[in-house]
Amino acid sequence: MSNLLLFPIIIPLFFAVILMIFPKRLKLQRILAAIGAGVTLISAIVLLAKVDADGVQAVTLGSWPAPFGISMVSDPLSALLVVTSSIITLFVVFYSFPTIGVKREQSYYYPAVLFLMVGVNGAFTTGDIFNLFVFVEVLLMASYTLIVHGGEKPQLRESIKYLLVNIISSALFVAAVAFLYSVTGTLNMADLAVKIPQIEETGILTVIAVMFLVVFGFKAAIFPLYFWLPGSYYSPPIPILALFGALLTKVGVYAIMRTYTLFFTMNVGFTHELLGIIAILTILAGCVGALAYFDVKKIIIYNIIIAVGVILFGIAQLNQPGVDGSIFYLLHDMLIKAALFFLVGIVAVLFGTTDLRKMGGLIKTYPVLGWTYLVAAFGLAGIPPLSGFPGKLLIVQGGFEGPQFWGSIVILATSLIVLLSAVRIFIYAFWGEPVETVPLKGSVFNQMFIPTVILVAITVVFGVGAELFMPFISGAGEVLLNPSIYIDAVLKE
Amino acid sequence: MEIIMSVAIGFLFMAAVYLMLSKSLIRIIIGTGLLSHGAHLLLLTMGGLGGNSPPVVADGVSISDYADPLPQALILTAIVISFAVTSFFLVLAYRSYQELGTDNMDLLRGTEDHE
Repeated sequence: MSNLLLFPIIIPLFFAVILMIFPKRLKLQRILAAIGAGVTLISAIVLLAKVDADGVQAVTLGSWPAPFGISMVSDPLSALLVVTSSIITLFVVFYSFPTIGVKREQSYYYPAVLFLMVGVNGAFTTGDIFNLFVFVEVLLMASYTLIVHGGEKPQLRESIKYLLVNIISSALFVAAVAFLYSVTGTLNMADLAVKIPQIEETGILTVIAVMFLVVFGFKAAIFPLYFWLPGSYYSPPIPILALFGALLTKVGVYAIMRTYTLFFTMNVGFTHELLGIIAILTILAGCVGALAYFDVKKIIIYNIIIAVGVILFGIAQLNQPGVDGSIFYLLHDMLIKAALFFLVGIVAVLFGTTDLRKMGGLIKTYPVLGWTYLVAAFGLAGIPPLSGFPGKLLIVQGGFEGPQFWGSIVILATSLIVLLSAVRIFIYAFWGEPVETVPLKGSVFNQMFIPTVILVAITVVFGVGAELFMPFISGAGEVLLNPSIYIDAVLKE
Repeated sequence: MEIIMSVAIGFLFMAAVYLMLSKSLIRIIIGTGLLSHGAHLLLLTMGGLGGNSPPVVADGVSISDYADPLPQALILTAIVISFAVTSFFLVLAYRSYQELGTDNMDLLRGTEDHE
């Protein structure tokens, strides 16, 4: 079935439209949202199996020949990302039941989540640069409604800034597409990858490459453009924050990965060195923030910025271990960030505050929660059997093989800071003198805790069973490093 | 012609940046409007301003006379998107003026328990 790669986009779209008809029917909303996310996940897994068996899948909408219609392309990287984002959305839906509140649930919360899923899956699957812009707008529009959903004062205040930053970056995206179109005369990514090497004046293309780095850097929160993220992500409730932290910045990271491996390879000495330096600065800036705050949400939010830097550093090396490591670390980071936000969400609910200095002694009353958090924190820092390790190992190896060996040293050193920032939450919240906790019904706790534990377990399996997943990941890395596979799959007719 | 358009677009971007750096929220929203106008005109200009006939198939018009239809389709898409986002932004500004009682960006800083 050649239309299989459209299913992860169409299914949540269908369910979101259905859910908009009866916003007040709480049970039906919950059941249909869970079914929608679940069916999407199943179709994404089938798609991944298909891509793994038969190679890159491409379909051009409306049966037009490839550069003229809109191509949708599913290579191993995008299929893996679609599977991961569907897993996360499914767990966010489950985690939302006890935490988000009936009032929010009855005002189009689940449709917005599913529309966000449409945008994210579409952005991962598209093979057309303007269609990428449209899918990014779909997910941004859903994220605008989610970030202000509930209309509390901090949410209103911060969503103004979030909107403004994203409107500016979208306008720059349109301008960048305009420049690229005037230079190459095409918008299809595979066709761009064919046309760009034929252009002899690389100066203008380097300018456009940097412009795209600015555009996607706004979305991905790279070093000088990350200023909007800590404030904006702090305001919405935890399930929305987990969804944003796990998915939104990663779309920007994916877009940088795609553009910087597929078509902006004409002046690697400048563009990729710039990307490497910016990645290292991003890591350092994130580390400063992760150590500076005594607030559980702020600490994890700054860890998003660190991870973006680590992933982009691997891409900047443009060698096989670096790219493979980036892909592994990207998948790991999406899962572990969602798990960590779920965990700190439970901790924040139990203490009724996010301030670390007002917490303590939780290990006596909630030992399982404590040990789960510790496993997740070690996974984040990259302690060997867990999921953060293989990706970071490969990225560091790629850095030593590439021109920027000093970057690998910075990544190794900052891993300690990541560990410190995550373990600090453990020390403050779980050790020490017990502080009085908010009484919580056992069933509510379980409803929050079970999806969290399963998600942490998935990250553990992902780390311990890295051998199982490496074939998929090296397949994805191969397509990134040899764009001809991608081009041939799209322009085959 | 492209030169004149480029200069005009440059002015639009300049005015947009100036307005978006001001304190009042409504001036910022007007700035985003000018920014998207600039981006849309840039898309039209960068597609090339050649071609005298609108891209509608008609008798007696040779292919070289048609204007490039692709940028026009892109602009149409970008216009409705920016229209939707702008209307959302305006309602958000209205709601936050009701709730927070100010439209001054200097007073919209920080968090409730600011450290």
